Amino acid sequence: MAPRSFGVVSRGSWVRQALVAAVVKLNPVHQVRNPVMFVVEVGGILTTVLWVQAWTGRGEAPASFIGQVTLWLWFTVLFANFAEALAEGRGKAHAEALRRTRRDVMARRLQSPERDSPYEVVPAQDLRKGEFVLVEAGDIVPVDGEAVLGVAAVDESAITGESAPVIRESGGDRSAVTGGTRILSDWLVIRVTANPGETFLDHMIALVEGARRKKTPNEVALGVLLTSFTIVFLLVCATLLPISSHSAMAAGRGTTVPLTMLVALLVALIPTTIGGLLSAIGIAGMNRLVKRNVLALSGRAIEAAGDVDVLLLDKTGTITLGNRQAVAFLPATGLDEKTLAEAAQLASLADETPEGRSIVVLAKERHGLRARDLQATGAVFVPFTAHTRMSGVDLPGRQIRKGAADAIRAWVGGSLPADIEATVREIATGGGTPLVVAEAGDGGRRVLGVVHLKDVVKGGIRERFEQLRRIGIQTVMITGDNPLTAAAIAAESGVDDFLAEAKPEDKLRLIRELQAQGHIVAMTGDGTNDAPALAQADVAVAMNTGTQAAKEAANMIDLDSNPTKLIDIVEVGKQLLMTRGALTTFSLANDIAKYFAIIPAMFAPIYPELKVLNLMALHNPASAILSAIIFNALIIPALIPIALRGVRYRALDAGALLRQNLLVYGLGGVAVPFLGIKVIDWIVVALGMVGWGG
Amino acid sequence: MMFAAVIHGASVIAAALAIAWPLGRYIARVFRGDRTTLHGVLHPIERACYRMCRIDPAAEMTWSAYATATVLFGAVSVTGLYLLQRVQGNLPLNPLHLSAVRPDLAFNTAVSFVTNTNWQAYVGEQTMSTLTQMTGLAVQNFASAATGLAVAVALIRGLTRREAATLGNFWVDLTRSVLYVLLPLALLFALILVSQGVVQTFGGPVEAHLLNPPQGAGHAPTDIQVIPRGPVASQESIKLLGTNGGGYFGANSAHPFENPTPFSNWLEMVAMLVIPFALPFTLGEFAGHRRHAWTLWVVMATLLFVGMGVAVWSEAQGNPLVAEAGGMDKVPSPNLEGKEVRFGPLDSALFAAVTTGTSTGAVDSSHDSYTPLGGLVPLWLMLLGEVAPGGVGSGLYGMLVMVVIAVFVAGLMVGRTPEYLGKKIEPFEMKMAALYFLIMPALILVATALALVTPEGARGITNPGPHGLSQVLYAFTSAANNNGSAFAGLLADSTFYNTATGLIMFMGRFWMMIPVLAMAGSLARKKVRPVTAGTLPLHGFLFAGWLLAVILIAGALNFLPVLALGPVVEHLLMAQGRSF
Repeated sequence: MAPRSFGVVSRGSWVRQALVAAVVKLNPVHQVRNPVMFVVEVGGILTTVLWVQAWTGRGEAPASFIGQVTLWLWFTVLFANFAEALAEGRGKAHAEALRRTRRDVMARRLQSPERDSPYEVVPAQDLRKGEFVLVEAGDIVPVDGEAVLGVAAVDESAITGESAPVIRESGGDRSAVTGGTRILSDWLVIRVTANPGETFLDHMIALVEGARRKKTPNEVALGVLLTSFTIVFLLVCATLLPISSHSAMAAGRGTTVPLTMLVALLVALIPTTIGGLLSAIGIAGMNRLVKRNVLALSGRAIEAAGDVDVLLLDKTGTITLGNRQAVAFLPATGLDEKTLAEAAQLASLADETPEGRSIVVLAKERHGLRARDLQATGAVFVPFTAHTRMSGVDLPGRQIRKGAADAIRAWVGGSLPADIEATVREIATGGGTPLVVAEAGDGGRRVLGVVHLKDVVKGGIRERFEQLRRIGIQTVMITGDNPLTAAAIAAESGVDDFLAEAKPEDKLRLIRELQAQGHIVAMTGDGTNDAPALAQADVAVAMNTGTQAAKEAANMIDLDSNPTKLIDIVEVGKQLLMTRGALTTFSLANDIAKYFAIIPAMFAPIYPELKVLNLMALHNPASAILSAIIFNALIIPALIPIALRGVRYRALDAGALLRQNLLVYGLGGVAVPFLGIKVIDWIVVALGMVGWGG
Repeated sequence: MMFAAVIHGASVIAAALAIAWPLGRYIARVFRGDRTTLHGVLHPIERACYRMCRIDPAAEMTWSAYATATVLFGAVSVTGLYLLQRVQGNLPLNPLHLSAVRPDLAFNTAVSFVTNTNWQAYVGEQTMSTLTQMTGLAVQNFASAATGLAVAVALIRGLTRREAATLGNFWVDLTRSVLYVLLPLALLFALILVSQGVVQTFGGPVEAHLLNPPQGAGHAPTDIQVIPRGPVASQESIKLLGTNGGGYFGANSAHPFENPTPFSNWLEMVAMLVIPFALPFTLGEFAGHRRHAWTLWVVMATLLFVGMGVAVWSEAQGNPLVAEAGGMDKVPSPNLEGKEVRFGPLDSALFAAVTTGTSTGAVDSSHDSYTPLGGLVPLWLMLLGEVAPGGVGSGLYGMLVMVVIAVFVAGLMVGRTPEYLGKKIEPFEMKMAALYFLIMPALILVATALALVTPEGARGITNPGPHGLSQVLYAFTSAANNNGSAFAGLLADSTFYNTATGLIMFMGRFWMMIPVLAMAGSLARKKVRPVTAGTLPLHGFLFAGWLLAVILIAGALNFLPVLALGPVVEHLLMAQGRSF
């Protein structure tokens, strides 16, 4: 991954900014979006009033006790706000860096889409969709658009962080240009495709800043669950007023439980831990993708990534190293391998295609044949054309050709020797591409042999697929190759299934079929003809080098344009959901210990017998309640690192993941507060923070 | 003795399972419309019913139509049953010439029987005519159980249909529940009960000449005892099989004509469990996931079995004060107060667990007289939301709501947006599950608080100290969960309690069914996601343990404070020598 050229804002300043934001977020208008924390805030306001009342001498409990409970209630809200602000801070820093690149630039607006058309100079904000602008070396591209004329080298590091320049040219799949990038050489005529304020850069700033962050369906569903718990606990605490008053009467001892204690019990019970960290978890998930140079256009897409169970992977670039490579020379009967290698090398010396270069490399490796100066020998390179479907070289008195079997067959006069035919078939069956080499000389035209070209599967990909299979994700390779070749590569790479001779509409159909069976499908794409399939897929990652159409159809953009990253994206999605589930479990499991701390303390004046429930042997009722509330507040900042980083993810099957998380966050959630509250109780008593026996 | 009682409890569970397993699969065939053994006899009757009521059995209903039909049927039933009680004095089959039932009591009883609660604020043989018992109460015993079964089947369809808009036809499901499931079982069981001595007659009361007439103050000089009789076995049978619990007699299953022998007591426990135990297997058949069905059953049975164990243990310990005051040896003796000698303290405790674990509410002993912990068990089993294994139908859908919540959190923990049986759990499903989860504790806590602060409510409390709170809490817990058993001490036949428990029974039944059906409707429309290695396993010890933990923690979190002020502190006080 390329080193990022921005986002270097010091950690210290983030934290400072987050602290300020935590206070600003106390605004109830903001809090009401999060019902759990809103209840804590209302509780805080209520006890603040009770505290003031206690100062006037008419309080339900000593002012110092109410004051300390109040203080920790406010801290609870502040800690939750801080977590959210910290998560947002990272995105903010990123957005700031992006904003710096969006300078006010002037643009040359063309009257017609031609290089020499007359133009006027206007500010970039005045450009509208469909207009044409000219950019030349040194210019900043004023706005998103599509190259309609010309070819240029562009520095896109402002967007991607990748410093190597990329080529943008009219036509084809590399025509999209992004506002804020810089033209390094040559020129382009660009058709504007986005109005100001709607450009990719604007979009990206809004996204990383979280300004457009909407709750995802899963967040909403979890929010509903947490809210229902909150309502139940609200009822539990509210009804304790009359119930405890009845009990006090029945016992002939004690009084109705003070409001401060009920608020403390309520705040301890409602799921503040997950409630306080929920939005931070979501923002952090987005940030983890940004760190991997992937831009998710919605939080929903990240969650969908966790659900993916079928990955459609393009063969080229994802499973194999882009191009076929020569792996063997198979000479015709009676010839030696070196003769074939020599002829093949000669025919390929001027061939700049990756296949051609790989033949030269193989010839050098196997037979020590060094490149020769073709010019000196008077050679003329014959390039590949769609018509001849061969390439080669013409030497004085000798012509060498290489090409597909049927093209060479025609060239040598209608038939190939039987042994060559056999070799060709054998290579094709094995998934390779046979390249037949023939020469024409004094003795007429004859076949020299066959070069075996093969797709080279990327290292480590097999293990990666093995891992995916373990977590229940099926991989499907998409290739334009014939079924034989496809099957061979599928077998070699360990992919689960393949779609051979795939046309774009086949891809779309496959996605629809899989979705109809209930699968969640992810794919990558870059070309305009990928757009319909991208639009259909549940998780669609467009390469940043791809066309505008592909980017618009996708719901994620990979700035590194590395298709293998789909696998990382799935992991980020899973980790995000796991973090949510783990902290929810932890938060609810905590309540057991809190009950054992608060119930005996709260009812002590009415039924001292309940002290047997004081399992932690907390010092006195006031210290017990205070310790529970302090633990409840402190656990939020303690868990911020897990919320931001995500829980540990390993490629395990669902049962093993559940066992692991239940052990850590379920049993841990039951045990940790018993220990934590006890320790805090010691400290509280040691510091003499409580002088009231309740 | 305790060991024997636990084995006895296990034998009840085992016997119920042996019937439930094939029964669950039979029920699945019935509701899929497949041919069953009884098809030849019952199908013509079924078709005649549809023709008579102008029902098109092929017409499917959306969830809202299904819910409308369910609530409408309930409302019409309540009205009909209310009117019947109000005019029973002028109708035949009234051998004791009983007059009209008071309006508040008639309302309470009507709601009670329609909601499968069978809370009885009256004494049956002294209040209801034979006609009311047979055509009103016994009919509702069938209808209310069938309604529960229908809603459960609708939820099962919602979970297992793919991209479907409908959940089946309520009227068809209701008819099939009664015809194919409840009637044959009830007929069979009634005959078995008669063999044990349960009466079944249209003859009026009999007079017995007492050999040893009561003497002394407070007794009218008489040597004749009037013993009411009636068609008891037919009502007793469905009372248990339909998890209704409304007895023919005020003494319910403690009455020798309802539950004459220890063997009939054992049979009655099995009968209560049979259908609730069968329904997980029905789900398993529909979903093609038998291991999940077993897991659900194990969770239900574990909750029940532990409840049985605690109740038996606590009743076996008895009251230390009694031991203290007792004979020379001062050996602790089991708590026999409020129990029938022919069942003994421990079998009675088993019955208490079964009747509250299912939402039956039949009683063969007075739960009010149990030791604090022994009395906590029935209360606790109800507070869990009647899922151990709960009522006919309601037990399964209550359990499935808890499963949805458990699966939601567990699903997140395995890194996927949660799904249950391949159906994604999205905000709408969560809202409905949360609503269901919220209503029951809200009803209980608010009603208990109200009863304690209003003079009318407080007047019903007959016991001092924490036990008074337990009485009120028990009453509303029983009403909201449609159980119907009572902590007999509370003076429940007052306008306040009749109205309050009546309303709560209605809400605790129909307010819960609507979210269940809405959830079913939404689930039915979804695609089914295929099972992969990344799918949360819905079977095995891990899932069972997690589900159990969610049910227990949810119950504990909601009710621990009020339980602490009630039975828990009562137990602690008893240990210190104070009893209430």
